[in-house]
Amino acid sequence: MAIYRPGPIALLLTALIVLFLLAPLIAVVPTSFTPSNYLSLPRGELSLRHYRTLLEAPQWSDSILLSLWIGMVASLAATTLATMFGLGIWFLRPRLTALLVGFVLLPMIVPPVVSAVTLYFLLTSLSQVSAAIGYDTWPGVVIAHVVMIAPFAVIMILVSLAQVDRSMDMAARGMGASLPQRIFSVVLPNIRFGVLTAAFLTFVLSWEEIAVTLFITSVKAVTLPRLLWTGLRDNVDPAVAAMSVVLIVVTVGVLVAVNLFRARRSAPTG
Amino acid sequence: MTGTRRQLGYVVLLAPLPAFLAGVYLLPFLGVVEWSFTLPEPGVSQYLRVFSDPIVLGVLWRTLRVCCIVTALTAVLAYAISYVWVCGSKTQATIVEFGVLVPFWISTLTRAFGWLALLYNQGIVNSTLRSLGIIDFPLMLVRNEFGVIVGMTHFLIPFAVLPLVSSMRHLDHRVLMAARGMGASRLRTFWSVFVPMTAPGIIGAVLITFIFSLGFFITPAILGGGRSVLIAEFVYVQTFQTVNWGLTGAISVVLVVAAALLIALFLRVARYNRLVG
Repeated sequence: MAIYRPGPIALLLTALIVLFLLAPLIAVVPTSFTPSNYLSLPRGELSLRHYRTLLEAPQWSDSILLSLWIGMVASLAATTLATMFGLGIWFLRPRLTALLVGFVLLPMIVPPVVSAVTLYFLLTSLSQVSAAIGYDTWPGVVIAHVVMIAPFAVIMILVSLAQVDRSMDMAARGMGASLPQRIFSVVLPNIRFGVLTAAFLTFVLSWEEIAVTLFITSVKAVTLPRLLWTGLRDNVDPAVAAMSVVLIVVTVGVLVAVNLFRARRSAPTG
Repeated sequence: MTGTRRQLGYVVLLAPLPAFLAGVYLLPFLGVVEWSFTLPEPGVSQYLRVFSDPIVLGVLWRTLRVCCIVTALTAVLAYAISYVWVCGSKTQATIVEFGVLVPFWISTLTRAFGWLALLYNQGIVNSTLRSLGIIDFPLMLVRNEFGVIVGMTHFLIPFAVLPLVSSMRHLDHRVLMAARGMGASRLRTFWSVFVPMTAPGIIGAVLITFIFSLGFFITPAILGGGRSVLIAEFVYVQTFQTVNWGLTGAISVVLVVAAALLIALFLRVARYNRLVG
C-alpha cells in the first residue's frame, strides 16, 4: 500500500472535486456580508445587518428554539424506541429478524416525498381528532420526525450491539440477574457510545429535516429549515446567508472538535 | 423469573417501534393508496393518467434523465476521490475526508443556497467570468436543469463515497503492487486491476445514488426554480396547489414500487457479492 500511490492525474482531479464539494459552503460567506436587502455580493463596504436580523427578528429566534425543542424530543423518543427495539432483537433473536429490521428501516428507504405525503395524510387525519397534535403543530412534527429518524438510530444501535460479547450477558443471566439488571448493568454500558451517537445523529437529522416538514407545517409550527425555505423560495433573503454561515461554522467546529477528541483518545494506544 | 415471563420482557422491548411505525406510517400509507384508487372517483383512472398524461410523462421522463446523468456524474467523481482517500498519503486522505464529511453534515438547504449564491446571474461564477472578460452576458447556470444536476451531484457524492471506500479498503493491495512489480503502468494497473476488483462497490454506489436521487425534492425545487420540475416537486404541487390527492397517491405508489424494484436489485447484488467475496 505504501508503494501503490495515486498518480498526478488522480490527485489533480481530486483537488478539483474537493473544491467542488466545498465551493458552495465558501460562497455563502461573502453573500452574508452584503449591505443590501437582496441576494448580492458586497461591493466595497461590508455589513453585519443580516446577522443583527438573526438576533433581533423574533421569527429567527422562535424557529431556532422550536427546532431545538423538536430535535431534542424527537431524538430522545427515536433513540429510546430504537434502543429498545435493538435490545429486543439482540435478546430474542427472532426468526423474523430480517423482516422486522427491514420494516423499521422503511422510512429511510422509501422516497422522502412518499413519506412526506404519508405523514401529511396521518397528521391531517389526526387534526380531526385533536387540533393539538395534528397538522401544523409541534407534537405532529415530532411524530413525523421520529418516523424519519428512528431508522438511523436503529442502524447505530444494531451495529454497536453486534460487537457486544454475548457470554457477558449469559454470565449475568446465569447468576440470576433480572432483565432490567442485564439491560442497565451489562448491555447498555457496553453500547453507550452507540446510543450517544444515535442520539446525536437523530438530533441533527431532525434539526435539519425539511422535505417532510414542508408537507406537515404551514404557519404555526415554523421550524428553522422551514423558515430558511421561505427565505430561499420567493425572493432570496440575505439573512438566510447569515444563518447558513452560522450553521456551517458550528458544523465545522463540532467536526474538528470530535476529530481532535478522537485523536487524543486513540493517541496513547497508538 | 420463568421462561415465559422473560420472553414477554423481550417482546415488550421489541414491539413498541414496529407498532408505532405500523400505526403512524404503514396505516397512513394505506390511506394514501386508497386516495389513488378513490379520488376523484373509484377506479384506476389516476394510474392511467400517470402513464398517459403528457405533463406527468414529461416530468417522469425529466426525472429519469436527470437521475441518470446525476448518478453517472456522482459515480465517476466519487470514485476518483474514494481512490485518493484509500490509496493516498495521510494528508491527502484527511483532505478528502474533510471535503466529504463537511458537506455531508450540512443541511440540504444551506448547500442549495450556496449553489444559488455561486451560480445565479450576478453570482460569484458569473461576475468572475465577466470581470475577466470571458463572457459579456451572464450564463444561465441556475433555475434550470443544469443547476439541478450540479446541486444533486454535490449532494449525492458523500453517499456514493462510503460504499466505494469500503470496497476499496477490502481490496488486497498486494495485488496492485504485484501488477506494478510485473511492469504494468500506473494507468494500466488502475484500469485492468483496480477498477474490475472494485466493481461490486461501484454497482452498490450507483444503485444507492439512483434510489436516493429518484425522490429528491428540496435541491431541485430551489435550484430548478419551478422551471425544471422533478417528480417529487410535482407531487408537492399536486398536493398543495392543484389539490389533486388522487394523482398524489398514484404517483406515490408508483415511486414506492420503483424504489422497491431497485432495492430488490441492490439486495441481489449485495448477496452475490457475499457469495463471491
